[in-house]
Amino acid sequence: MAKQRITISPITRLEGHGRIELFLDSKGSLENAYFQVPELRGFERFCVGRLAEDMPVLTSRICGVCPESHHLCSTKALDKLFKVEPTRVAKKLRELFYSAYYIYDHILHFYILASPDFVVGLDAKPEERNILGVIKKVGLEVAKEVIKHRAYGQRVLEILGGKTIHPTFGLPGGVSKGLNEEERAEIEKIASSCIEFAKFSIALWKDKLLPAYKELILNDGYKLETYYMGLVDESNKINFYDGKIRVVSPDNKEYAKFEVDNYLEHIAERVEPWSYCKFPYLKKLGWKGLEASKDSGIYRVGPLARVNASEGFATKLANEEYKKFYEFFNCKPVHNTLAYHWARLIEILYAAERLLELTQDKEITGKEIRTYPKSEEKESEGIGVIEAARGTLIHHYVADENKLIKKVNLIVATTHNHAPISISIKEAAKSLIKEGKVDKGILNKIEVAFRAYDPCFACATHALPGHLPLVVNVYNANKKLIRKIANF
Amino acid sequence: MKNKKLKIAIYWFGSCGGCEVALVELNEKILELAEIADIVLWPVALDFKYEDLEKFKAQEIDISLINGCIANFENEQIAKMLREKSKVLIAYGSCACFGGIPGLVNLATKEEVYKIAYSETPSTINPKFTTPQQSYKADAHELELPEFYGYSRALHQVVEVDYFVPGCAPPIESTEKLLEIAKEFAAKGALPPKGTVIGSEKSVCDECEREKAEKKSISKIYRIYEKEADPKKCLLDQGIICMGPATRGGCKARCLNANQPCIGCMGALPEALDQGAKMLSALASIIGIEEEKALSEEDLKKIIDKVADPAGSFYKFSLPVGIISRKHTEKK
Repeated sequence: MAKQRITISPITRLEGHGRIELFLDSKGSLENAYFQVPELRGFERFCVGRLAEDMPVLTSRICGVCPESHHLCSTKALDKLFKVEPTRVAKKLRELFYSAYYIYDHILHFYILASPDFVVGLDAKPEERNILGVIKKVGLEVAKEVIKHRAYGQRVLEILGGKTIHPTFGLPGGVSKGLNEEERAEIEKIASSCIEFAKFSIALWKDKLLPAYKELILNDGYKLETYYMGLVDESNKINFYDGKIRVVSPDNKEYAKFEVDNYLEHIAERVEPWSYCKFPYLKKLGWKGLEASKDSGIYRVGPLARVNASEGFATKLANEEYKKFYEFFNCKPVHNTLAYHWARLIEILYAAERLLELTQDKEITGKEIRTYPKSEEKESEGIGVIEAARGTLIHHYVADENKLIKKVNLIVATTHNHAPISISIKEAAKSLIKEGKVDKGILNKIEVAFRAYDPCFACATHALPGHLPLVVNVYNANKKLIRKIANF
Repeated sequence: MKNKKLKIAIYWFGSCGGCEVALVELNEKILELAEIADIVLWPVALDFKYEDLEKFKAQEIDISLINGCIANFENEQIAKMLREKSKVLIAYGSCACFGGIPGLVNLATKEEVYKIAYSETPSTINPKFTTPQQSYKADAHELELPEFYGYSRALHQVVEVDYFVPGCAPPIESTEKLLEIAKEFAAKGALPPKGTVIGSEKSVCDECEREKAEKKSISKIYRIYEKEADPKKCLLDQGIICMGPATRGGCKARCLNANQPCIGCMGALPEALDQGAKMLSALASIIGIEEEKALSEEDLKKIIDKVADPAGSFYKFSLPVGIISRKHTEKK
C-alpha cells in the first residue's frame, strides 16, 4: 500500500483556521501529524508606538470571543507600567466583570460548540449535529434558558463596559465606571439565576452525558500526560483574575509557583517553520519535540489545567463539584482531555457564585474606583497575567518616558496549548486510524479531541452550529488524490 | 403566495470573531432569519472550498455578508469570487468597512513584524531566526502556509461593496436593521439605495447625552489616565481626546456610557474624506480659542504636542482607507 497523505482542513488553504495534516505510512498507520496555524496579524509590532493606555482596547481585538480577558490582562499590565495600585473597589469591579465574562464564554462553548457532539451524538448525521439538533433533543424550554443565560453574562459586561462585544472600562489604577444600586441589584438577580443554570448544566453532564460517553472519555487516545499551569490564590485555590502561576507535574507534584514578573525564567517559545503560531514550553525542562512526558517541557492550560494545578475552588458549591470530579477519575492530575468539558462546567458554577458574592459585597457600589498614577518621565515596564477562559494569558509591555509603547510580548492561551493540541490530534489519529481506514466517525473523533481545548483560532471557536467541517484528502505516494472524505 | 427563500453567504477574512458573536446577539431573532433564508456558505458552519464557490452561478447568492479585512492573497481571490456570485455584497464590521484595528499593521513592514514576533520578543528562543515558510519539507512531508502580506485593506478597496455596516462590533440596532432589510428583500425584492451605510448620518456627539459647552475651547490636553473625567460633561470640553466629532453615530455612544472616550470605530462622517484629518481639524479649531491672541506659536505647539500618537489616536480603525494608508519602503 502506498504512503498516504490526509489533509483535514476546516477551510482549505485559508488563513485564520487551524489545519491538520496526517501522514500515513505504507501500512496505513499514522506516521506523523502536523497541526498548523496559518495566521499572523502582527499585534506585537503594530502596538509599538501606540499610547500605553490604548493597549486594553487594541489588544481586545485579538479575539472577539474573549476580548474581556485581553482587556483586563492589558489593564493589569498598565497598573504595573504606571506603578499604581488599583483601589479595592476597582479590583472587585474588575473581578465581577470578569466573572460575568466566564459565564458567557463557557456557556457559548459548551452548549453551542461542544454539546452537539455529546447531546446529539458522535455518530449522528452531521446536518443534525449542531445547535439546532441540540434544541431538538433537549427541547425549546432548555434552549431558551441557554440563550437567556448567555445573554445575561453579556448584559453585565454592557452595564460596566458600555458594550457587549469589545467592552471598555479598564484604566491603569482602576476602572472608568462604578456600579449604582439599581445596576447592582440587576446583576445580583442575574447571578442567582446563573447559579441555578450552572447546577442544571453540571447535572446534565453527570446524569446524561457522562454515563453515555464514559468509555470515550477514559479512552487512552484522549489522554495526555503533561504538566499543568494555572493561577492560584494564597491557599492554592483557583482564581481567574489574579494570583501566582502554579505548575504541577504529570505525577501531581508542585513543579513551580511564581509571580508573573518572573515568567521569562519559566516559559520559553519555539518557532517551527510550518506554523505561524509559536510553541511555548517549560524553559528549565527544555524543548524535547512534540511529546508529552515528565521530561518534556510541554504543559497545558485552560479549565482542566486549572483544576489540576490547584487544590480546589474558593466557593462552596463549585468546590463540592471539584471533589466529585476527582472522585470519579480517582487520580490527580486528570490527564483525560475530554475532562476539559466537565471542568469548564464547574467553572461556570464558580463564576456564578463569585458573581453573587461580589454583588453582595458592601464595597461594590463604592465611589473609589481609581487611583491616579503619579507622573514620572521614565521608561517603565509592566507585566500582566490573567486566566482567560482558554487558559493563562500574559501581556508584557515596555513604554518610553512619554508612556508610548516600545516593546510588546503576548503569550495567548491557545498558544500555550498549541503543542498539546498537536499531540492530542496525533494520539487520537494514531489510535483510530488502522490500515489506512478513515471514515467520517473517525474524523469526528479527531475533531472531538481538538475541540475540547476550545481553541481560539479554529472555526470551532466561532461556529454557530457547533460543527467543525473537516475534509480528508487521501493522497498516494505520488501525491495523487485517490480518495476524498468529508463530514458534511 | 410563499416567498422564495434567500440564499445568504456569511464569510470572514482577517477578523477576530467578534462580528460572528454580533450575529449571535440577535438571540431569538436568529430564528426569524432562518425563516426567510438558507445559509449556503458559512465557513465556521459549513465546509467550503474554492470549487464549492465556483459551483454557484453568477449572482446566485442573494446576499453575502462579509467581515474582516483583506490581509492576504486568498482573501482577495475569495472576495472577487463572492462579488461575482452575489447580488448584494455587504461589508459587516469596521475591519471590512475600513480595515479596522488590524489595519494598523500598515504602519509597519512585513520584515519588522517577523523580526519582533519570531526573534525579538523576550520569551522567543530562536537563535537561527527560523521563520514560517510558505512551503516547507518536514521529514519528507511537504507542508504549506498561506503568504502573509504584511498590510491590510478594506473590502471596497478590492471589490465593489453595496452596503456598509460599521462598528467594532456592529451595534445590535444595526444588525436588527440588516435583518429587516433582508426580510424586505425576501418579501418584495426591494433594496435600499446602493452605498447605504447602516448607522446615523450624524456624529457620535449627536447621540452623546453629556453636557456640551456653548463654545468649545481647550487650553490643555489630558491623557485618560491623568484626569478624573466628569461623567456628565463632554470629554473634549474636559481636555480628553474623544473621536466623537469625527465619527459616525448609530452606536448610541455606548463607550461614553462607560465613561470612556469614543475611539472612532463607526468610521468617518458621511461627508468626510479622511476620519483622522477631520478629527485633527476639529481639534485645531478648538485649541486655545479663548486665549488664542495671547498664545505664542510655541505655546500652541506645547498644547498639541500632548497628542503623542496621532496615527494610533485618529486612525485606530480607518488607516487603510485614509489618504495615507500604509508605510512604504523605498525599493532597492
